[in-house]
Amino acid sequence: MEQQKEANKYSIIIPTYNERLNIALIVYLVFKHLKDVDFEIIVVDDGSPDGTQEVVKQLQQVYGEDCVLLRARPKKLGLGTAYSHGMKHASRNFVVIMDADLSHHPKYLPSFIRKQIETGANIVTGTRYVQGGGVHGWNLMRKLTSRRANVLAQTLLWPGVSDLTESFRLYKRAVLEDVISTCVSKGYVFQMEMIVRASRKGYHIEEVPITFVDRVYGSSKFGGSEIVEYLKGLAYLLVTT
Amino acid sequence: MKYVIKILSLLIAITAFWIALLEASVIPRSYTWLLPVYFVVLLGCYGLLMVGIGLMRFSTCPQEARLLQQDILEAKRGRRGQ
Repeated sequence: MEQQKEANKYSIIIPTYNERLNIALIVYLVFKHLKDVDFEIIVVDDGSPDGTQEVVKQLQQVYGEDCVLLRARPKKLGLGTAYSHGMKHASRNFVVIMDADLSHHPKYLPSFIRKQIETGANIVTGTRYVQGGGVHGWNLMRKLTSRRANVLAQTLLWPGVSDLTESFRLYKRAVLEDVISTCVSKGYVFQMEMIVRASRKGYHIEEVPITFVDRVYGSSKFGGSEIVEYLKGLAYLLVTT
Repeated sequence: MKYVIKILSLLIAITAFWIALLEASVIPRSYTWLLPVYFVVLLGCYGLLMVGIGLMRFSTCPQEARLLQQDILEAKRGRRGQ
């Protein structure tokens, strides 16, 4: 156990776009909750005009340039490619992916790590749909939509994972590399494609409950077009996996 | 095997079973004709039930938002201290 702890190192990839207010908080909280863990934070910024990169540079001075890495891209290129971009620069054997908008609280990181060590899983994914998990800031309609979408996906795809669209996950680096190369979707359908493909490939997936607090700063990105995208993604996965 | 093929073969198997029932007339034909309707209704009920259960177990956690606000305040103070 002790030896394993020494061998496990974590790269935390955080894609950002206009997250100047949140990124410093996230980094602070990650350092607060991961005390005895070897990790690096890789911020993949898609050319935010709000000065996110300047904030990250200040953070580098506080926490050290080998702990907080800035791997920016010139313009907004999408989530899926942000992960593969971040992964190219990830030097550790585990990769954690999380959102920068504080809907994913870094206090759950230790439970991801613990779960992985206990079970030896290839992927540990956060889930809002089990005991101990949940959401804040969603009205009944949003919850209903979320549940309907989930039942539809569960019935059609049998993925063996309770929360398909949650992006807070820990991957073995090699597994993420393997899965990411076969995924083509964009946006949050990408999360679903990743986990369904991983499940089909027979990777060992475990779950930990997390709570999702809808964006504190900035605006949430959810609308009718997301539902259409979701259904398209579902149909795509149905015929390709 | 692609999942759509699995689902389609399941549907074909059910249809074949239904046609067999229709041909063999073990139960009155008027009943057999209604079976697909029951099947669809049953599927709908399953969906509703699952969504209902899911919705009931989908907890809201206002305390998490409060804790997050505390953490944000703490982080802001912490940074000023540095």
